[in-house]
Amino acid sequence: MRPLTEEETQAVFKKLAEYTGASLKNIIAPQEDGDRNVFRLSQNRVYVVRLSMANLATSIARDNLLSLGTCLGKFTKSGKFRIHITALPILAEHARHKLWIRPNGVMPFLYGGNIVKAHVGRFSEDCPEHQGLVVYTMDDVPLGFGVSARSTAESRRLDPTGVVCFRQADCGEYLRDEDTLFQSG
Amino acid sequence: MGQGRRMKRKQGMPDALSEEHFANLKRRAGLPVEPPVEKASLSNKKRKTAKGAAVAKKPEPAPKKASAKKSNGKAKKLPVQEQDSDDEEMGDEFDLDQLEDDGSSDEDVSSGGKKKNIWSDDENDSDDAEEDDSVFDSDDQEEGGKKGKFVFSDDEDESDAEEKLTAANIAGLSRRLDKKLAEDKAITETEMQESAMQTNIDGPKIFGEEDDDEDDELTDKSKSLLAPDLQLLRQRITDTIRVLDDFANLAEEGRSRAEYTAQLLKDICAYYGYSPYLAEKLFNLFTPREAFAFFEANEMPRPVVIRTNTLRTHRRDLAQALINRGVTLEPVGKWSKVGLQIFEANVPLGATPEYLAGHYIIQAAASFLPVMALSPQPNERVLDMASAPGGKTTYCSAMMNNTGIVFANDPNKERAKGLIGNVARLGVRNVIVCSYDGREFPRVMGGFDRVLLDAPCSGTGVISKDPSVKTNKDEKDFISLPHMQKQLLLSAIDSVNHASETGGFLVYSTCSVTVEENESVVAYALSRRPNVKLVDAGIPFGKEGFTSYMGKKFHPSLKLTRRFYPHAHNIDGFYVAKFQKIGPTPPNAIGAAGKKNGNAAASGDEEVIDKTPITTDEDTEMEDKSTKKKSKGKTGTEKSDFSAFDEEEDVKYMEKAKKNAMRRRGLDPKSLKKPKSQEKK
Repeated sequence: MRPLTEEETQAVFKKLAEYTGASLKNIIAPQEDGDRNVFRLSQNRVYVVRLSMANLATSIARDNLLSLGTCLGKFTKSGKFRIHITALPILAEHARHKLWIRPNGVMPFLYGGNIVKAHVGRFSEDCPEHQGLVVYTMDDVPLGFGVSARSTAESRRLDPTGVVCFRQADCGEYLRDEDTLFQSG
Repeated sequence: MGQGRRMKRKQGMPDALSEEHFANLKRRAGLPVEPPVEKASLSNKKRKTAKGAAVAKKPEPAPKKASAKKSNGKAKKLPVQEQDSDDEEMGDEFDLDQLEDDGSSDEDVSSGGKKKNIWSDDENDSDDAEEDDSVFDSDDQEEGGKKGKFVFSDDEDESDAEEKLTAANIAGLSRRLDKKLAEDKAITETEMQESAMQTNIDGPKIFGEEDDDEDDELTDKSKSLLAPDLQLLRQRITDTIRVLDDFANLAEEGRSRAEYTAQLLKDICAYYGYSPYLAEKLFNLFTPREAFAFFEANEMPRPVVIRTNTLRTHRRDLAQALINRGVTLEPVGKWSKVGLQIFEANVPLGATPEYLAGHYIIQAAASFLPVMALSPQPNERVLDMASAPGGKTTYCSAMMNNTGIVFANDPNKERAKGLIGNVARLGVRNVIVCSYDGREFPRVMGGFDRVLLDAPCSGTGVISKDPSVKTNKDEKDFISLPHMQKQLLLSAIDSVNHASETGGFLVYSTCSVTVEENESVVAYALSRRPNVKLVDAGIPFGKEGFTSYMGKKFHPSLKLTRRFYPHAHNIDGFYVAKFQKIGPTPPNAIGAAGKKNGNAAASGDEEVIDKTPITTDEDTEMEDKSTKKKSKGKTGTEKSDFSAFDEEEDVKYMEKAKKNAMRRRGLDPKSLKKPKSQEKK
């Protein structure tokens, strides 16, 4: 386990910034109890964790440390950062563009489908094309995230079966991809 | 088969009673039989003629039926008797017997192809063609006759008699039925005695007339062969329990309680499929009646319970959302504010959007309890020593409201995956997942405010979930598991920070109900660690832990521990003990970090040396290590190297050591003396 290097930090923040607004700063801002969140890399996975926790986790040997705090994603072998569904709580907190899907669209999305126009309940205004989105149910439960296929204005003119948002990650992955999603020593 | 098989037996007179039926019964039970000599050829002949008749009759089955019914309805003295006297089982078997004769020769009637036949009878019942059917007809009829009145009365027959019931003949019929019943009973009794089968149709007659061993053999056999015997078994179980409840009045003369208990245990093993070892172990925990309830409860599934993730939602909202999905649910009880009991679900509970969004986790009600007992507070440092699949860990985090730190440890990395999945899904941020052997723990990190040890166990509390426990746990498991549990508990104790302002608590729990894995382990920890004491677990229900069990005495404070049973609380069998650590572990304590280090660091060689001292103290002093090593291999031969061996002194030491050992195990050290003194006398 180690802190991120400069490059890695950049890669991570670039990725996060696709989904979040300016409030992303708050992730690393000091909290009221004097603690703050730090980024830690352990076996290619990036975790956001409170500093006090990270300090305690140093006593755990590398081979035995499987997870800490919130996992954001992992670095691929080619050095790209891949964001995981486990980052959803953080993205949902700071999301800039949001998309709400109707109840009839929830299951298709959770089974890994893209979001079609017919399933969209609400859509943030002024969302450009190919912009990261966080997907919610109509009662504001975050389900996953993706990338907008059209800008908001364009998608209004779309027919009901047209894709509005490409899925990137959804909660269903907890069941589908349990084997690959998490580190196993 | 168009018409019921019963009908066939109603044609014509029954045959005279023959020995063959008994012979067959005995043969089936594996008893010696004198072969019925004259029977074979006779029956064969008869069958042939009968067959011919049946075939001739075949084209017009309807009128036959009608006439049969008629005769049944009005003057059915004969048919009824016949029919009564016809035992389904036996009948089939005989059919088969003769069917085989059909093909081959007469000799089969002795014991030739017997065994095979017994099993194939269903087959014949179902897929024989009409013609065969009519052949059977005659056979059946014959057999019915041959067997005469030796019968297990069938419900089937009863209903047959009743269906002809009309207002006109009701009185006569009922009288007849009564009579028939009485006859039946007498007949059954005789048969039972004859065949040394034992039931207790009239009162709690648990033991048959004959030798017990024979009985057993028979019950075993019949268990494997006859389905209805399960009912007899069950009947006998309940009767035995009744006797044991009121032993003074109900017991047969000359039978001891032990005999009854042994019989009951045997029946339970047969009925529920436990291994005798485990059945006895579990039986001894309860009164006979309670044990029966326990075994019964293990056959029923426990209700599905989910725990609301209070980090994400509230129970009321979750309940509403699930009800909208067609789930019937209800709060699990007054004792929990986060549990919901599911009665019926139209959707898979493990794949609803709420589940995937981390609003709840499927978690047995019993596994709420250790966390409730632990009651972790915000900003504490908590250790969950064996945490997969994460129900308890996430519950801890939820109680701490995502503050502080929870170390979730599980030695199995594969299982840890599921744990990480649950932790992430439920939005828990204060968990560090690691995979150490729990026994290493105080060396990895200590100073925890609270430690939860849900130890790996035999699972005797969750037999309803995993019935394989019934057979795959043996004596070894009940030695090795408690051993590991003791080690884990000691290291858990050593991981607790006794000086913690808010905590210093430790909860030990297992999903097992045996004393070896629970009270014994706790008592062991108390004896090894003078710096811990048991405190009230703070759970409003459950039974007190044992303070004495089968001659072992435990510390009275074990009353503060809690046992949960499936039959009493409708949750999995569970055990929860809560400790408070009040001081540091003395460095010389057994298995303590300091000492352990020494032991663990020592190589295998040295450990062997530790075991060698067959010698007295002076010897050890005189010898240096090298000689010891040398002598190890050849203790027997080179006695001259040692000083003289003082037998008397040795006896003293040994006795002292034995006494100490017994005291440590919670046994009365004086009991050691008794047999000795008797011997001396």
